[in-house]
Amino acid sequence: MHVGLEHYLVVSALLFSLGLLGVLARRNVLVMYMSLELMLNAANLALVAFSRFNNNLNGQVMVFFIITVAAAEVSVGLALIVALYRKRQTAHVEDLTAMKL
Amino acid sequence: MPHLPDIFFYVFAALTLLCGFLVVVNPFSRSPVTSAMFLVLTIISMAGLFVLLHAFFLAAVQILVYAGAVIVLFLFVIMLLDLKEEQRRKLKTFSLAAGVISVGAIAGLTVKAILDSGPGKGLPAPTVEGATAPLGKLLFTQFLLPFEIVSVLLLVAMVGVILLSKKDLK
Repeated sequence: MHVGLEHYLVVSALLFSLGLLGVLARRNVLVMYMSLELMLNAANLALVAFSRFNNNLNGQVMVFFIITVAAAEVSVGLALIVALYRKRQTAHVEDLTAMKL
Repeated sequence: MPHLPDIFFYVFAALTLLCGFLVVVNPFSRSPVTSAMFLVLTIISMAGLFVLLHAFFLAAVQILVYAGAVIVLFLFVIMLLDLKEEQRRKLKTFSLAAGVISVGAIAGLTVKAILDSGPGKGLPAPTVEGATAPLGKLLFTQFLLPFEIVSVLLLVAMVGVILLSKKDLK
């Protein structure tokens, strides 16, 4: 069977689900963050596939912006995690219950 | 005899999904360092998929920015924090089972929806090439304003990170 848009979209959907599973199941902040990156990458793959098969380059420009914003987001998020670790000495979400009633 | 790019698609797709799986649930090691290493492999095989989609510029950017910068940042932070404790913790079976069931249901629904709707049917043969020149032309004409805004965003992120990682956060 010839590889078409559907194949890429299925890979993207499965990768997104893996990232979602990581956010739900893992309790380490860093690994949860990596799973978020997986989900962003899955969205990028879907956008590039749509761009290619619809003969429209705008999707790839969108992916370019998403990669830039993701890089900024990672740097800020990791700085927050480091600041949190300095205060609480943990990178485990179950220990961070300050906002629990 | 199958088409050669199709074979490459299956190889890279399998690699991407396998390495993505090992980022999330690695049966051999719970260390964040192994997760980060498998994230590098996921991103590199995804760059291979980008090449198959003729998005050459994005494949290069993906490797440079993600595998080059983001993962190094992750590894720096992992080395900075002491994460030995993580490996002693047990995963909670209930939350793991609930996560697997709900995510499996979502994945099944999405894949079924994609296969049933068949979004690729009736499209003309793809001809668009994501080389640097056409993307650059688009970035500096139609998307000039977002491009400038993104550069401001990067500056804001830089200032914010420096402020956040100061010793006495006020």
